Amino acid sequence: MSDFRSRVEGERAYLLRYASLQLRDRHSAEDVVQEALLAALAGEAGFAGRSNLRTWLTGILKHKIVDAIRRSSREASVAPDGDEFESLFDERGHWVDAPAAWTDPGASLEQKQFFAALEDCLARLPAKTAQAFTLREHLGLDTGEICKELSVTATHCWVLLYRARMALRECLEASWFKK
Amino acid sequence: MMLSCKEVTRLVSQGLDRRLGFGERLQLHIHLAICDGCANFRRQMLFLRKAMARLADLESPAES
Repeated sequence: MSDFRSRVEGERAYLLRYASLQLRDRHSAEDVVQEALLAALAGEAGFAGRSNLRTWLTGILKHKIVDAIRRSSREASVAPDGDEFESLFDERGHWVDAPAAWTDPGASLEQKQFFAALEDCLARLPAKTAQAFTLREHLGLDTGEICKELSVTATHCWVLLYRARMALRECLEASWFKK
Repeated sequence: MMLSCKEVTRLVSQGLDRRLGFGERLQLHIHLAICDGCANFRRQMLFLRKAMARLADLESPAES
């Protein structure tokens, strides 16, 4: 095995963990990592002169993840409403139970357990909602790009992101901030 | 026309994804100034963005 090849192989476990977190599906994660590693080996020349192999591989992997999400979104259809949070409001649209301030959220950002709770909450989101939110907040795509990746309208995209934020807020409030 | 809290939650969320119009920002501002629940909600949304960015940092590769 060439030196480059064994170094690339050495990053497989890391990449698999990265992809599993993004896709939340072991099989799809293995598929995208395989695709990324093959692309990396075929494109060794593209690495020349770059300092960090892991960073370069992660860049390739991100594109493969976006492709995978795009493929799976063609297969799954979605309900375009976003009104499942209706019950939080009364008939005039006021809060039934108005949000109270979270206690010292800044301190949570210093705690490992907080991020475990956040990942649990993310894992509970419906697939498409989670995909839109991941593309937006994790991979930093703008809504235009997300709409394109998921083949949905801009309005639908905002609904998905709204849904994700509402659900995560409730989940974190229950599992973390009200401990 | 006053916005309802429900409408405010949608605008706060959209404000994280697109540039709101002048009228939208004005109405949002007025509502948030007088509604503690929605002001808390907005702070929680900003916190969520920060937390997601931090999570992405934690997962991103460390320079070796």
